[in-house]
Amino acid sequence: MDVNKNFLVGVFEDEDVLLAAVKKVRSGGVKIHEVYSPFPVHGLDEALGYKRTRLPIAAFLFGLTGTTLALTMQIWMLGYDWPMIIGGKNFVSLPPFIPVTFEMTVLLSALGMVATFMIVSDMKPYGSPRQFDLRSTEDKHVMAIDTDANGGKSKDEISRLLKEAGASEVNTKSFE
Amino acid sequence: MQVTSAIREPLITGGKTVKDVSHDISRQVEGAPTKLWWMAMAISLVVFAYGFYCVCMLLWHGVGMWGLNKTVGWAWDITNFVWWVGIGHAGTLISAILLLFRQRWRMSINRAAEAMTIFAVICAATFPLMHMGRLWLGFYWCLPLPNTWGSLWANFNSPLLWDVFAISTYFTVSLVFWYMGLIPDFATIRNRALMQGNKIRATIYNALSFGWSGGAKTWARYESVALILAGLSTPLVLSVHTIVSMDFATSVIPGWHTTIFPPYFVAGAIFSGFAMVLTLLLITRAVFKLEDYITIYHIELMNIIIIVTGSIVGIAYITELFISWYSGVEYEGYAFYNRVQGPYAWSYWSMMTCNVISPQLFWIKKIRTSIVATFVLSIIVNIGMWFERFVIIVTSLHRDYIPSSWTMFHPTMYDIGEYLFTFGLFFTAFLLFAKFFPVINIAEVKSILKATSEKKAVAHGELVEESANKH
Repeated sequence: MDVNKNFLVGVFEDEDVLLAAVKKVRSGGVKIHEVYSPFPVHGLDEALGYKRTRLPIAAFLFGLTGTTLALTMQIWMLGYDWPMIIGGKNFVSLPPFIPVTFEMTVLLSALGMVATFMIVSDMKPYGSPRQFDLRSTEDKHVMAIDTDANGGKSKDEISRLLKEAGASEVNTKSFE
Repeated sequence: MQVTSAIREPLITGGKTVKDVSHDISRQVEGAPTKLWWMAMAISLVVFAYGFYCVCMLLWHGVGMWGLNKTVGWAWDITNFVWWVGIGHAGTLISAILLLFRQRWRMSINRAAEAMTIFAVICAATFPLMHMGRLWLGFYWCLPLPNTWGSLWANFNSPLLWDVFAISTYFTVSLVFWYMGLIPDFATIRNRALMQGNKIRATIYNALSFGWSGGAKTWARYESVALILAGLSTPLVLSVHTIVSMDFATSVIPGWHTTIFPPYFVAGAIFSGFAMVLTLLLITRAVFKLEDYITIYHIELMNIIIIVTGSIVGIAYITELFISWYSGVEYEGYAFYNRVQGPYAWSYWSMMTCNVISPQLFWIKKIRTSIVATFVLSIIVNIGMWFERFVIIVTSLHRDYIPSSWTMFHPTMYDIGEYLFTFGLFFTAFLLFAKFFPVINIAEVKSILKATSEKKAVAHGELVEESANKH
């Protein structure tokens, strides 16, 4: 888990001010730990320089697994393991296998992607997450800056930068 | 940053701030249930208890307790099944298809509509499960599991088996989609509980929110997941009722053997789903005082969808009639003549009145923006959609190929009892949801507040300038 302990927390009221502030703070040479928002702010991940998530690829691969699994299962069961004459049709005919194949594709893709999301985002029903400011799920956008990781800059310097960028409050927060 | 035209009607009224949104929607989760809630719960539980008695009797004695006979082997059970599945279409349509079309008005209504979807699909599933008779053996009949009959596998050529996969996938994916939306809102309630010093509630909602923290990285992933789930759910919604319609369309019964069934059923499903969403939301909005979030504008937009889908359904009915004559097939011709003129003509004409004529009233702006009219019409539409399924199923079966088998269907108290069981189940579940879960998507409403609330829409131009000047 995180080993960092000491943080400066800038509180922002408005998402547009926040977006500009993120750019300003980063160009000021300060590393941002993370920004916490009550709702998704468009463009924030790019402003923070995050790479695009690869979850769509995971979803595609899980979907492909579903397709393959469903087709193999149906062809093997009705074509080889126990062939049955149904209405005099071929044992293996693709059209009637498509609905189940489609449903399995969707099912595995959705479940696999969500499970991957939960795992990579470290989401679990026990323990409590680090919260820099409880109001970050209400109406405040909270920018956390790790003071240990920004050793080159003093607390005052960072604090001043945050205020200049439009933070309504700057607080310190330490974790045990 | 999203920019909305100033002439767009505001989606959220009352000059709400971001903080107000949390407060207004979390309020009913945090407070004690109202007297009205207890009364509604008591009624639902009584209905549920009576229905449960009937279901137990059905399990003990078998489905012979239903009014089915040799000619009409499918009646209320499958009617109710298709009816509930149809209702279950609006939720995922609102959350998936409207998300892809970037319809932001869905944000106030998607939570409750999805909850309704999930409960409706559970209600639907009880009918085929009960029809199995010995439902504890049902797993072997409808899932490809190794078994003691030499592994005689399920028949993948059967639309009934496709239904098993379609409904269970739809249920699972809708549940996951709905739950994903709830996660940030559970975190909102958790943090409010922490601020109010309520440890127990904080622990419960923390577990429910999977320890959500709302970091930018998580939000970015979350949005990507929501978009892909919407992309996956869109064909899924359309596939479910298509496959349900194939239960009928792939058979050779006159009146069922129709190629227009898939689109016709999907339109009907959306039609009835929106009607049920309106019925529920009009009550929810009044009980929880959410008039600023679910506005007359939202209701009007849903009524417009009802006109569109209702008209598609109307065209489908007329096409069916026309084709039965134009095809020259006398069995088809008779099946439809019998619907219009036969002993079940009353149900056919109830269907026509409720589904084709009544939604056309929504062309009048006064009616589609009236709460009372919308509420009444939404119930009429649902009655009409029940009759649609009844007409398709029972009138096509009751005149068999040999006139000596011609008969009528009479429901017993157990047919009615199981239907009541699903009503009790549905309303009990919905009331529990409305009390313990946020009924409106808090995070999404907050995200559109700046662009679409009354006050901010005007001040938006200045605000951008102001923040630009600062730097």
